[in-house]
Amino acid sequence: MPSTIIQDINQHNFHEVLKPTPFHPRVDHDCLTKNWMDWNGYLTARTYDTLAAEYFAIRSSCSVMDLTPMGKYRINGPDANKFLNRLVTRDVSMLRPQRVSYVVMCNDEGKVLDDATIFHLNEGDYRLCCQHHQLDWLMISSLGMDVSIKEETHDIAALAVQGPTSASALKLAGIDEIGQLKPYDILHTQLHGFEVMVSRTGYTGDLGYELWTSPDNALSMWDAIFEVKQKGFYDIRTIGLSALEMVRIEAGFILPGDDFNTAETAIRADRVRSPYEVGLGWVVNLDKPNFTGKRALLDEKKKPIKRRLLRLEVSGNKAPQDSFLYAGKGGKRIGTIMTQIWSPILKANLAMADVEFAGGSQPSEIWAEIYYQKELEWRVSWAKGKVWNKPFWSHPRRSASPPDSY
Amino acid sequence: MTKPSENSVIIIGAGHNGLVCAIYLSIAGYKVRVLEAQDIAGGGAVTSEFAAGFKISGLAHLFHGLDPEILKDIGMQSADFELGPEIKTIALAANGNHLLIGKDSVTGAGLSEEDKQAYKEFKQEYYDFAKALKPLLLNKPPRLKNMDKADKFTFAKMGWGLRFGLGVDAMREFLRVGGINIYDVLNEKIENSHLKGAISVDAVMGHHMGPRTPTTVLTYLTRLNGEAQGNLSAPKNGMGRVTELLVNYAESKGVEIQCGATVKKILIDEGKATGVELVSGEQYKAPLIVSNADAKSTFLKMIDVCELDAMFAKRINTTRTHGSVAKFHFALDGLPEFVGLEASDLGNRMLIAPDMRYVEHAFNHSKYKEFSTEPVIEIIFPSVHDDSLAPPGRHVMSVLATFAPYNLKNGWDEQERRQFTNVVLKSIDEYAPGITSKIIASELVTPIDIENKFKISGGHWHHGEMTIDQSFMMRPIHGAAQYNTPIEGLFLCGAAAHPGGGITGIPGRNAAKRISSLDRAG
Repeated sequence: MPSTIIQDINQHNFHEVLKPTPFHPRVDHDCLTKNWMDWNGYLTARTYDTLAAEYFAIRSSCSVMDLTPMGKYRINGPDANKFLNRLVTRDVSMLRPQRVSYVVMCNDEGKVLDDATIFHLNEGDYRLCCQHHQLDWLMISSLGMDVSIKEETHDIAALAVQGPTSASALKLAGIDEIGQLKPYDILHTQLHGFEVMVSRTGYTGDLGYELWTSPDNALSMWDAIFEVKQKGFYDIRTIGLSALEMVRIEAGFILPGDDFNTAETAIRADRVRSPYEVGLGWVVNLDKPNFTGKRALLDEKKKPIKRRLLRLEVSGNKAPQDSFLYAGKGGKRIGTIMTQIWSPILKANLAMADVEFAGGSQPSEIWAEIYYQKELEWRVSWAKGKVWNKPFWSHPRRSASPPDSY
Repeated sequence: MTKPSENSVIIIGAGHNGLVCAIYLSIAGYKVRVLEAQDIAGGGAVTSEFAAGFKISGLAHLFHGLDPEILKDIGMQSADFELGPEIKTIALAANGNHLLIGKDSVTGAGLSEEDKQAYKEFKQEYYDFAKALKPLLLNKPPRLKNMDKADKFTFAKMGWGLRFGLGVDAMREFLRVGGINIYDVLNEKIENSHLKGAISVDAVMGHHMGPRTPTTVLTYLTRLNGEAQGNLSAPKNGMGRVTELLVNYAESKGVEIQCGATVKKILIDEGKATGVELVSGEQYKAPLIVSNADAKSTFLKMIDVCELDAMFAKRINTTRTHGSVAKFHFALDGLPEFVGLEASDLGNRMLIAPDMRYVEHAFNHSKYKEFSTEPVIEIIFPSVHDDSLAPPGRHVMSVLATFAPYNLKNGWDEQERRQFTNVVLKSIDEYAPGITSKIIASELVTPIDIENKFKISGGHWHHGEMTIDQSFMMRPIHGAAQYNTPIEGLFLCGAAAHPGGGITGIPGRNAAKRISSLDRAG
């Protein structure tokens, strides 16, 4: 109704370019660098104090990140299961309640729109979380189905609590059943008298959890976690998106929109990528009933693959930022570095690289042409890349159940 | 149920395109079964009794004959259809200064010699344009990407026709006017506004368009394609006659036609069409299913939406299919008198469209979900040529009135129906005073009724607007524009497919050819 639209406009504060999350009072207090960035329209910290400290909090103690800006959609109704199974490439028809599944959405041409996680909250009641806003695509996909789709990005406050001591810290914070959660499990529980949902999910490749609650309880949830730190039991640190970028690349997770153009944002026909091309063939199930993109993927599967997003370790100590990739030193250009980090734990340059596969096979050699500065003077050097088929870094504690106590 | 043979085909809908497709496929050696929801075959081309003793063509009431290419292919003669005499157009004038418009000449008081000549030249030029489009109509529309041999050939033929058939100057003119509106073109060519009004009707009737709507030149050329192939006429016993002949001919070729068989859904297994299920629960299996229904009915009503990709379903759903024409059937106690016309003139097609502004203003209403308060009207008296349609001394009058939008603001309830009937009769009464006193019975068929009775989504004659964005390789949408669809084994053969509506049989023919050629290719 027009009246509600007008109301929304009145409520919008035009001085507030980016929206603070429900955790903002705490985030703002902890964020010493004031290095803000935009994530889905929210004011989000890139770093809080020192990147290295944040990174090591994730890898060796306990980290907390505000993931409220993540796109969140509540999906239920008689056709909810049917709707989701047609939406994503993986078979989620048997996803049990209180379980989570990592999925990929494609358009009709079988090109990746986004990756996402489906939370089967309770029987027939789902939450879809994705990096980008996808309401439009969900609405398009709901044609002819009896399903309700509710945008709840702004109605759910969420924190990622990740790292080796995350289980122990959360237990001390008051979540007694934390040890029961297996990877991709969901727990509905109470924390200091309010409802919290805990899932054993994350983007770090390590032991970790995500906590979901209503915005009203956001600060209480935050305080409950940090009380553990104040009491001196565990160190817990707030981390920003820069630290997250480091660990997600180490763990080999892709980031749609950064590692490749998502299908509905690409303008040029050759910029879109199929799940196979971004290394997500394992979440495509061509044996399940029709899903959006299935016909295109069946066709693509018959042909040699044209390109792949590769995990590339680049030798040397120079950051191969935005580097072009070649089949040999000064040879034919075959690709580009999409995202890259220096991994403190592996002592290596790690990258996500978009590489052409001539004739369907991986190039035998990949060289990066690296431009770097020395005292404001630009220089160029060459470094050889090594392809990792597995994540660069993984740790058994990610899936240990019950989690080890540290 | 027996196992279907490999070459069996099920066609959904026994409209003229379904029948033409059935005949082609049967001749090509397929075992064809046609399932029709109504109790008689024919779809929109039927003759029905709307009052005791009064019969009328159900939807289409005039046509130019089936495409000669089709008649030749399947071995029928145009004489079989017992078409009546050529029907010309009379553009009615309130003062009795009517225009008599033929295919390439026009006469009438108040018409200058220049305009008579201009009309002749205009028609010749536009027949040539229509001819240049013909290769495109008679072939599957070529894709722009991943063209196959046939697509390249179609483009080459059309290119050749444009460049060497028309010549450089005419080609340039064709390319200039191809996407623009009939309003601008007619203003460039002709002075007489009455004549322009009448011509513009041919470009907009049946469409949600006014003379100023872009691409009305294209819809006009589609109309001319019909004109170029035969005279406008009414078959003896109404349009049902055309169907009857096609049905008999199809059956003689071994086609099985089953009426009263409403298809509820198309059965799909692992992405392939395998058969159909009727409302009665009965199932028929066949590896080839051909739908003569419109695209929305086919994809969104007969198929579980999960079998389609999301954007495909969405694009089908957003095709424009709102009908704009209402049809009236009147049983008359004798022929009415029109000011300035003899009784013998009433065998023609009479138009109420005094000028292009009138037509454009009539269209304006439909943009706001209202019916025109001064509608564009086409009137024929089929019983003048054919005494089988009405009892002796009595007559039937078939009236097309536009614009009568499908999505009328208040809905087509009794009050709106009565009001629109009054509006139309009042308009006709200006030219034929006292006509209402002759009316014994009447029937109004709104787009809603067309949708319900003929199962055409939106009640759109042409199974969807024939604007350039819904034509050729985009009809009904790209991805289903070459008769085959994303569902393996499922094809479209009706007006929703290229080249669209009109009683031509071309979509049915092209679909049959496509099916056999894909089948041969394996």
